[in-house]
This record gives sequence, C-alpha cells and structure tokens, in this order.
Amino acid sequence: MPIEIDIAHVARLARIELSDQQLADYRAQLGVILDHAARVQELPTDGVAPTSHPLDMVNAFRDDVVSPSLDRDEVLSQAPDAINGFFRVPPSLDNE
Amino acid sequence: MKWEPVIGIEVHVELETQSKMFCGCAVDFEAEPNTNVCPVCLGLPGALPVPNRTAIEWITKIGLAFNCSISERSQFHRKNYFYSDQPKNYQISQFDVPVCHDGWIDVTVDGETSRIRVNRAHMEEDTGKSIHVGESGRIHSATETLLNFNRAGVPLVEIVSEADIRSAAQARAYAQDLRTVVAALGVSDAKLEEGSIRFDANVSIRPVGTEPFGTKVEVKNMNSFRSLERAVDYEILRQADVLDQGGTVDQETRHWDEGEGVTHSMRSKEGSSDYRYFPEPDLLPIEVTEEWRNEIAATLPELPSARAARYVGLGVDADSATSLAGSEPLMVMFESSLAAGAPAQVAANWLTGEVTAWSRRESTDITDSALTGQHVAQLAAMVEANSLSSTAAKEVLGHVLAGEGDPADVAAAHDLIQISDSGALESAVDQVIGENEDQFARLAGGEDKLIGFFVGQVMRVTGGKADPRAVTDIIRSRIG
Ligand SMILES: [Zn+2]
Repeated sequence: MPIEIDIAHVARLARIELSDQQLADYRAQLGVILDHAARVQELPTDGVAPTSHPLDMVNAFRDDVVSPSLDRDEVLSQAPDAINGFFRVPPSLDNE
Repeated sequence: MKWEPVIGIEVHVELETQSKMFCGCAVDFEAEPNTNVCPVCLGLPGALPVPNRTAIEWITKIGLAFNCSISERSQFHRKNYFYSDQPKNYQISQFDVPVCHDGWIDVTVDGETSRIRVNRAHMEEDTGKSIHVGESGRIHSATETLLNFNRAGVPLVEIVSEADIRSAAQARAYAQDLRTVVAALGVSDAKLEEGSIRFDANVSIRPVGTEPFGTKVEVKNMNSFRSLERAVDYEILRQADVLDQGGTVDQETRHWDEGEGVTHSMRSKEGSSDYRYFPEPDLLPIEVTEEWRNEIAATLPELPSARAARYVGLGVDADSATSLAGSEPLMVMFESSLAAGAPAQVAANWLTGEVTAWSRRESTDITDSALTGQHVAQLAAMVEANSLSSTAAKEVLGHVLAGEGDPADVAAAHDLIQISDSGALESAVDQVIGENEDQFARLAGGEDKLIGFFVGQVMRVTGGKADPRAVTDIIRSRIG
C-alpha cells in the first residue's frame, strides 16, 4: 500500500516553493523511497542494535583548546548585508 | 472547579569551556561581535564538527550530580528548523539517547521535601544572538535583525524535569537548587541575568484528584527566580480562568512580560515531529565507559546538600547551613574561617548575617571584600576573650569588610576594645562605690535593682568600654 505524503507540508518545512507538477512528481518519487524503507522494516531485526553511523567507531573528540577563528571582515564580506560587525537580515520573527 | 498545577522545568546551561562544542572558536561573550566564528559554527558547506571532550565530561558530571544514569552509548541528532540565529538551519542536539537520563533531586519548600525526577540531560549547541532593531525596540515591530554568532556552537546542556512540580514555589526551589549544584560543579558561571543558565516552564492544570494532564503551555523569558515564580503563578491562574469560563487552553509558547506581570502568546510552535530529528551523520556515537564514568565521578566536588548536612554536624543551624553550602563565596569564606579556628556557629551567624547584608548593600562579592577567614577567627577569639562585645564585633566586621585592616587594629582604631582586665575594672568599680556610698549600702541591704545603676556608673567611668558581665561579677564580690 503506497504511503501517503503531505508533500506540500514537507516543502513548506524545507522552505521550498514547488509547482503543482513538481509536487506531484516529488510525491511519487518520495513514495518509492518510503515504500523501500517500509520493506526494510519488515525484516526481522530483533536483537540487532540500531546503526546510527556506518563506521564502527566511537568517541572522535578534540581537546578543549582554542584555535584561531576567521577574520571578521572576510566573514562579513561573504554575507548579503552587514553593519557594525553584525550580519544584517530581515526581521526574523516567524509570522507563519 | 479546584485545579492542580502540573509543572515541568527545562533548563539550559551554557558550559564555560575554553572552546566551543564542535570547533576551536573561543567561548568569550565579551568579544567583539562575530570575531569568534569559523566555518563549523557558521555552518559553511563542507565544514565538519568534532566534539569537545571536556563538554562530554562536564555533562556527565552534571548527570551524576543529579543522580542520573549515564548512557553507555549516546548519539547526536539534527533538530531541523529555520531561524536566523541558527546558521546551519539545524541544531546539533540529542534525541532518543541523551548522555544522562532518569535522575532526581530532592526539593524542600516550607519544610516539606519532594523528590523531583529529572527525565534527561542532553548535549547540544547554543544559537547566535539576535538584536531586533525597530522604532519601539520590540520584536513585533522590528524592521531588521542583527546577528552575532559568537555564541553559536557554545556547548549547551539541557536538563529536563518530569512534570513532578506542583506549585510555583516548588518550581522556584527546584530551579534555585539546580543552579546551586551547577555552580558548585564549576562547569558554568550559571548566571541568570547573563543568560548562562535559562529556565523555561511547562505549565498545565487538571482538576484536583484526576490523573490525565491538561494541555501544556511553555512559558519563557524569565530572567530571575522571582520572575519564574511569578510567571508560573500567573499562568496557573490564567489557565484556570480560561477553563472555568468554559474555554480551552491552547498548546503554545508564551512569553513572560516582567513589567506587565503577564504572559503573552508567541508564535505557535512547530510540533515535535516537524523538527525531523535524524542521526547526525557527521558525528560518531559517544561511549562513556564505566571506567571513564568513574574517573569523572571522582572529580565531583562535595555537593551542596551533603555539605549542608556536614555543617549541621558541626553544630550550625539548618537554615544557615543551607545558605552557606548553597553559595560558593560564603562556603569558601566559611571553610577558611573554620580552618583558622573560628567556632562554626559564630562564623555562620556573621557570614549569613552581617557579611551577607554588607555584600548585598555594597553589591560586592564577599570574595572581593577584604575579609578573610583569619579575620573571622580573630574576631571570634576577641569576643570569646571578652575584649569585644558582640555588638562591637559587628561594627568591627563592617570596618574589616571595608578594608580598614584586621579586627584587632580596627577595634583599637575605633576605640571599641572592651576593658576586661580585672585590675582596671576593679579600680573603676571601687571608685564608683566610693562615690555612691549610700546607694551601695542599700544594694548590700538587698535592694538588688540598684545593680543596674552601678553597672551604668562603671560604664560611664570607663567610657562604655567595660565588659558589663565582668563588672556585675566584681560588684557582687564587693557585696559578699
Ligand atoms: Zn567556530
């Protein structure tokens, strides 16, 4: 049974604007992926620990030591807008 | 309808590590805006995070202090949402397997102790700081937002309680106790006013005697313990009002307005599933082995509750013991006073009384005053030897705190030394008796209230510096 996807909701969460045609296309394509995941879920996995990472490694840490940061002028020069050392963006209250 | 509040508290603690959680940028809030930023904490494409080992040790320490189990293996997740103070458009956090889970602390309000369970403590990263610029300076009418990413990526521990709290006073006590412990661990400066520790409350109400939870409202923006208590109290009453009038409580986030003393509705929150948590593919699992856990446990300092119990064992009253144990500067001063030989209860009285009052009045930390444990011990010895009255001792304490010198010098300079030298006192008493022979005869004849007159006369003769108890003894010896 195909899995129902609210593709418009997914697009809105990702802040992507999609045409009706794209919504239909992606709904179908994502459906195939979810069907595949559903099939994998049918496998007996009792006693198998969940794999969160493909590498069989743990604890890749760094020491708590400060290293140099970037030059601010260079950082801000990459931004669309900046003022007095700050990034400047449109008012960021989410009104949705 | 009679309502019962059901409250849970979420606490965010910024760790005071040298460097950020996933990159080597300095943790320094005094720095010029956007000077402690790099590809990792700015979320530039291709940058890879590497966790700070010290932060993992410190969250483990926090978990152990709150009686949590430490997950042998935990992992990071991405929490996805769009907000401009968050450059990656996701926050690295933890989801189903936090570092610490299932702990508790005991909280006492009005002599009644309740166990509040801690659901979890998980590791995440802080966001940047926004300044909303607009004519009124309020977020709703902002015309633009300025961003400083120095705070983005600072290690942040979120501690989530179970909904075990049943009153605003208990919520406040839980928050205060939690802050005290975090400060004692030395992993954060834990200052509410600077936002290095932040409290949010989840508040719902249900009819007294029923089990199911009501709809919960998240209350934010409380920057003192008092405002936390007020906000929770307000929210309980607001919800009861809504329900009593037949309305329904909306699940939402509300902001506490300290000036107006009310909560305001904010943007509706995306539901939990909308954060689309998924395992952070750039980070390996964290394994805290029993050996590592034990090493970390060995670095735990004495916690405030255990410390307070120890002080009570030294003869300090319970309230003072709690105050001393709960404040790092007071604790340090008390310990050094004891080490210098001061009697516990005497030192406790001064430190929780005059010294704390001075610190509040002068807005100065005790550790920044001139007072030392040696001073406290010396002062106590002077009172013990009757060379200072207890009233004069408090005055001397004030002068010592202000940096005038050690207690003996200060007492001499302000002429506060009590005459307890028996030779000097005896001659003063004899002089007074000689000047008042009639009254003395009446005193000797049994008119005992005249003793006050003689003590007063001796005080006059000695300029108020005689030890009244010693004077009384000498007068009595003259009668016998
Ligand atoms: Zn960085």
